[in-house]
Amino acid sequence: MSDFTSNFWSVFVTTLTLVGIIACGILLWMAGRKKVMATSDNTTGHVWDEDLVEMNNPLPRWWVWLFVITIIFGLGYLAAYPGLGTFTGKLNWTQKGEYEAEMAKAKTEIEPLYARFASMKPEDVAVDPQAHAIGERLFMNNCAQCHGSDARGSKGFPNLADTDWLHGGTPEKIRETLEKGRIGNMPPMAAAVGSPEDVRNLSHYVLSLSGSPHDSLRASLGKSKFVSCAACHGMDGKGNQALGAPNLTDDIWLHGWGEAAITAMINNGKVNQMPAQADKLTDAQIGVLASYVWGLSNKPVAAR
Amino acid sequence: MTSSDRPPRKVIPIAAATPEPSAEGEFVSLYEAQKKIYPRSISGYFARWRWVMVFLTQLVFYGLPWLEWGQRQMVLFDLGARRFYIFGLVLYPQDFIYLTGLLIISALSLFLFTAVAGRLWCGFACPQTVYTEIFMWIEHKIEGDRSARLRLDASPWTFEKIRKKFLKQAVWVAVALWTGFTFVGYFVPIRELGPELLAFSGGWQIFWVFFYGFATYGNAGFMREQVCKYMCPYARFQSAMFDRDTLIVTYDEARGEPRGPRVKTVDYKAKGLGDCIDCTLCVQVCPVGIDIRKGLQYECIGCGLCVDACNTVMDKMHYPRGLIRYSTQNGVLHRWSQSQILRHVLRPRVLIYTAVLIALCVGMLASLATRTPLKVDIVRDRAALSRIVAGGKLENVYRLQIMNATEAAQRYRIAASGLDGLEVASEREIEIGAAESRWVAVRLQIPYGSAAPGSHTIHFDISAPESGGKVTEKSIFLVPR
Repeated sequence: MSDFTSNFWSVFVTTLTLVGIIACGILLWMAGRKKVMATSDNTTGHVWDEDLVEMNNPLPRWWVWLFVITIIFGLGYLAAYPGLGTFTGKLNWTQKGEYEAEMAKAKTEIEPLYARFASMKPEDVAVDPQAHAIGERLFMNNCAQCHGSDARGSKGFPNLADTDWLHGGTPEKIRETLEKGRIGNMPPMAAAVGSPEDVRNLSHYVLSLSGSPHDSLRASLGKSKFVSCAACHGMDGKGNQALGAPNLTDDIWLHGWGEAAITAMINNGKVNQMPAQADKLTDAQIGVLASYVWGLSNKPVAAR
Repeated sequence: MTSSDRPPRKVIPIAAATPEPSAEGEFVSLYEAQKKIYPRSISGYFARWRWVMVFLTQLVFYGLPWLEWGQRQMVLFDLGARRFYIFGLVLYPQDFIYLTGLLIISALSLFLFTAVAGRLWCGFACPQTVYTEIFMWIEHKIEGDRSARLRLDASPWTFEKIRKKFLKQAVWVAVALWTGFTFVGYFVPIRELGPELLAFSGGWQIFWVFFYGFATYGNAGFMREQVCKYMCPYARFQSAMFDRDTLIVTYDEARGEPRGPRVKTVDYKAKGLGDCIDCTLCVQVCPVGIDIRKGLQYECIGCGLCVDACNTVMDKMHYPRGLIRYSTQNGVLHRWSQSQILRHVLRPRVLIYTAVLIALCVGMLASLATRTPLKVDIVRDRAALSRIVAGGKLENVYRLQIMNATEAAQRYRIAASGLDGLEVASEREIEIGAAESRWVAVRLQIPYGSAAPGSHTIHFDISAPESGGKVTEKSIFLVPR
């Protein structure tokens, strides 16, 4: 509707609606005054196709009243709600207002449901069947898009069902991740490491840390270059959760495994982002969700 | 009414229900104030059958929700939990096809009955008629029969009139509310419904009890034949199913006309009169207020009460029965005997309806009998197309909605086939509670590089080793380039 260029459509809709209603009223009034001739056999005297005659079957008067009520209701509705072009109606009802009211209502209805979990320890919330069901639904709607329905992630999206955590796996840390999001930043290190050959050697050394298939000669040559990595990943390569630096000694590779992937990572670096959820979810929802996610990797405790 | 020179002695002295229109015609309005109909009660063959049908249908309607099946209500359409229990069956919303089948069978049955025997449904089983019958019986018990009711309505408001009217309304409201209560009892457990209503919990239950109760009260107490005449679509299209061999309530015009009052002792035939004594009893008993002697009319609900009324009069007059009778248009025209009429029942229309109906019923029953009490919906994971996991495996994730349509907890075994080395990496057995449905994440793996890039059709086999059911569903396994 081009309300903003001219008010033609508004006038058009208003006229069409009101004229239509008024026409119905006039038709009803005229038909009510009209009398027809009924002959002795209660037919109107019209005959078609030789022997087809029209019976006089008057409409019951209560039905006419239903029409009148409909017209009155229609006018009342148009006065109260927006139905006549740009006229907003006496109740000032809008779809946006309705949506906001419904959301506010839903929030107040949901609050008591979450109140129980607020006072519980996160570990206990994780094993609560009701919280588990709520958490599962929240996860499916907000997290499964990236981390998968089974929470096991994919390349670039961390597996939440294992015990390996980039930023720490306590309920408090998970909650923090959910609220504020995370940015994982691996800077390009090629310049610090040296020649492309050095980078390859370093890749093999990194692979050797987790006992993955590697060239041991190249690994021993690359060992000295690991100093550049140690600032974040630690001398032993076990990573640092305070920095979000991954553990390189386990067999879990978020951005791909093998020489090519690791070489690319050293050369190019990577910025990986987990978006903050604080604006989307309420505090109570984040609490339940954090407990649910914690429960995913602490299965024996969270046995359902 | 025709007047006669001598006052007749043995004629039942009641005026015609509707005044005869004047011979020269008159101007009438297109609208008409409703004329209240005061049907006279009558006993006889069809009236008895009507009551049998009232008892049968209402015994089922009021009784069924109270019956138990094991630990639960025998028939319960649990809208809250979205489970529909019918005897031993547990149906899910996914079984909607059975409702569709049931509706088609009902519609076809209606066509068949109509083609064979007219509006039997309307006269004997339709809730509108049945509740009207019940409400009229209450009215009759409290206010008396037709003439008493006419007199009561015309009389000024005395204490007695107020008492009778109030009592009638009170009983009507009670029956209507109980009907509404029973109706809601099909959708929520009826034994818990009473206490719930008394505690004023459950807003929508209260609403529907009152809504359905109000509908019953209004339709059976006030709208009555108006619903059949002006609202019911069936009244409008039934003529398409009628033909000249359809059994209908007919007035034998050749035998009855010219009608007129007579003295029983005088030979009426010599006076040129037919068998109809014009007592108008057939009009007075009619619940829709029509005169059957005017011929076949769309308002006629085929209840046969006018047949009962006329037969009573014929007996009194010592005339043969059947001036108004169940017959066909051809039957009346050609003066066929009953067996001749019955010989014309089997027409192509009837045979086709019957054949389609039998085929549908057999199909429905076979489908229900061979139904696996297990349903599975498979949704491939929305985000992760595929992934490589430890051990050099390629993994796809699926969500399976497993619906247990039995009333015992079941262990289901999940297997997959269709690719070399395809195996289930997540739990292979899952327990689902009675009549429960659950979403389960399932991971399938193949050795990396064992299949060409692209999508591969695979099959999930979900079986219940204990109860023996098995379901196979198709899905897709994606291998990246």
